[in-house]
Amino acid sequence: MKFKSLTITLFASSIFLTIIICIWKILATLQGLSFTNLNFNLNLSLSLGLTVICILIGNRFNHILKILILSLSFTILYTFLNESSPLWFSVGIFLLILFFTNKLKKYDFKYLNQDFISEKIVFEFLSLFAIIFFALVILFPFYIMFVTSFKTQTALLINPLDLSIDFSKNIFEIFKSYFVIFKTYDFGRYILTSSYVSIGTVLITLLFAIPAAYAVARLNFFGKTFLSTSILIIYMFPAIVLVIPLYTVFSQLGLRNSVEGLLIVYTATTLPVAIYMLQGYFKSIPKEIEEAGLIDGQNWFGIIIKIIIPLSLPAIASVSLYVFMIAWNEFLFSLMFLDNPKTFTLSRAINHLTGDAETPRQYLMAGSVVVTLPILLIFIYFEKYLVSGLTAGSVKG
Amino acid sequence: MSTTLSKIEKRTAYTLLLPAVCLVFAIILFPIFANVWISFKEVGLKDIRIPEPRAKKIVKKLQNSNSELQIIYKLRNSSLIQDIREVRFSEKLPKNIEPINLDKRCEFKSQKVKCFFGNWEAGYRENFEIFVKDVNNNSININNVKSNKPELDGKSNNILLTVDFTLKNFKNVFMNNNFFDLLMTTFYFTFFGTLGAILFGIFAAQLVNQKFYGRTFMRSILLFPYVGPVVALAYTWTLLLDPNSGTINSLLVNYGVLEKPINLLGQKYLIINILGFELKLRLALTTVIFFEIWRYFPLAFLFILARLQAIPRDLYEAADVDGAGPFRKFFYITLPQITAILSILFMIRFIWNFNKFEDIFLLTGGASGTLTLPISVYQQGFAVSNIGMGSAVSIVIVLLLITFMIIYFKLIGKKANEI
Repeated sequence: MKFKSLTITLFASSIFLTIIICIWKILATLQGLSFTNLNFNLNLSLSLGLTVICILIGNRFNHILKILILSLSFTILYTFLNESSPLWFSVGIFLLILFFTNKLKKYDFKYLNQDFISEKIVFEFLSLFAIIFFALVILFPFYIMFVTSFKTQTALLINPLDLSIDFSKNIFEIFKSYFVIFKTYDFGRYILTSSYVSIGTVLITLLFAIPAAYAVARLNFFGKTFLSTSILIIYMFPAIVLVIPLYTVFSQLGLRNSVEGLLIVYTATTLPVAIYMLQGYFKSIPKEIEEAGLIDGQNWFGIIIKIIIPLSLPAIASVSLYVFMIAWNEFLFSLMFLDNPKTFTLSRAINHLTGDAETPRQYLMAGSVVVTLPILLIFIYFEKYLVSGLTAGSVKG
Repeated sequence: MSTTLSKIEKRTAYTLLLPAVCLVFAIILFPIFANVWISFKEVGLKDIRIPEPRAKKIVKKLQNSNSELQIIYKLRNSSLIQDIREVRFSEKLPKNIEPINLDKRCEFKSQKVKCFFGNWEAGYRENFEIFVKDVNNNSININNVKSNKPELDGKSNNILLTVDFTLKNFKNVFMNNNFFDLLMTTFYFTFFGTLGAILFGIFAAQLVNQKFYGRTFMRSILLFPYVGPVVALAYTWTLLLDPNSGTINSLLVNYGVLEKPINLLGQKYLIINILGFELKLRLALTTVIFFEIWRYFPLAFLFILARLQAIPRDLYEAADVDGAGPFRKFFYITLPQITAILSILFMIRFIWNFNKFEDIFLLTGGASGTLTLPISVYQQGFAVSNIGMGSAVSIVIVLLLITFMIIYFKLIGKKANEI
């Protein structure tokens, strides 16, 4: 029993350590260090040794002193056995091992004698690994997007692995791509158009959705159940089946290439979900408050303006942010409806940039950063509202 | 009394609903029905422009006289395929100016030149001339004459409104040899995309449901792929996977995993040898599916996490007392508790992945074996310029969607309301 849990602990932890060292090495490669070998087996045996020593020592020694000494000696050994590397790389290794040995603190012989301990330990390292895995998989593309926008096409073609930013250049040189896309490619205008379309969509959607949601939530009328079920069904129909008829009709009416046409379409496609989300919230408002309003002589308009809206501000915030996100990120309709660079939204403009194969990729990535950053910042700042909007509306996507 | 009250209530309800219902009807329901109409017609992209008579006006001075001007109208039918009937022309002339030797088709009345040109066939062109002179033989200000614009008017058939129908589009869609392949690709993409997103969603939710340092940060970044704009993310991935100078390929070659770079988005098949069997993997399609999973697992994660947090703690405490390990707890407590939400998620995500257009379009454009039904709508309608065919494919999508929805509401529609 003890032997089994001991071996499992040893292998789980040392494989974990080896993998995070490998990930660190790969990330360092992207800073221009020329590593060509991960030395997986060598590092695995090193990690195994470290874990054995760590568990053998156990709690017989001052913990902080123990992990410092162990990490330092391991780092020196690692640097000695592997290829030469700059100081910052070794510092990174040192910190990783410090973190790792600190994690091993509670694993002594006593702890390993518990029931089901091997399963627990595997689970612990698995989740630790999963955290790193998910963080890496998600953030890596964003990192590449950001870093590429500061490089130049020629430098990337010569060495695609060197993504380091050269800080010795002056600030104008570093941010050159951003200056270029705003000056040459007119991104300032596209930001304005995109903001105009997104904010306009939010306002018009609210204007239409709040009364409709109130009617669905509160009033009795013929066809109510039919209406509330059809809202969800309508919502499931995708943009791609609407695109051809809308394209033909909008061409004949001359609404293509106009931001107003886009506004109408965005509003209509987000209306069902906005009504669905709002009516759910309106239903949770106690009826008595409205009745009090009725007695005070308010008509429905007054009730909506003076009672419903102030009480459901959180739900309205969720809906607004969700609709804003959809409108800001929308691509298909802007691709179909906008041909004239004067009316482009940001998404369409980036797509237009790729139409020319000569466009250097750092401009493309700078444009991508410009379109991604606002929505991510809004998301981080208003996360609570947007998450509840997403959960309610995430039948779509 | 009560009847009038309920009448007022009804009237209020309809007034409040009217704007929203009208808009949704015009932009969503009408196009779905219009698709049916268009799909039975032979319409190309060029046919949808309504032909109109056009005139370009050129004013010339005459050499021998200051009081006379020559006006040339370059008339044409804007359409190269359709006729225009009963073309009428009118233009107001400035004061004291009169036409001389006016064309037979025209007349001059109350300072206006009015002409009736009759029928213009497709691609019709004519240079039409008028000479004008000042009544008092003064010199004419040329800008006065230039500033007026002629008005033209004519009748034409709008090809979309005629009543000749054909079954050709549907015949082309179904008889096409690739139709089965198209359908299979769509289902393959949809099924594995959905399944993968849900599996990763379960992992991520299980992870964030534990306590660890940086948990809120983790929860925020897990949603990044879904919140970010698809255009930016798709192009970033294209760049990452680029065979010549993409980061992933360079890394793999650098560490000796691959001998030469592999075009993950441009290669249709990857042949793998396992124990002497040759396996053909749809490489580009698989890559696209992985992008799809990467982008949409956050949604599954969000749903599953909400459900996980609602599972009563005492269930786990009881399991602890019984001495169950973490894996057993997952399989015997967590999984049974989330099966309902998983089945709903699967259906909803299946429907949405089935409709996915942007992701595939931006990554591969439907090339190298990634052509799905939604991409096919775009290709038929706008790349091949056959609107009728595009609509027919849309109809196929709508029919399949309706089938899925019926299954969805039959199977779990009631459950969905309970959760």
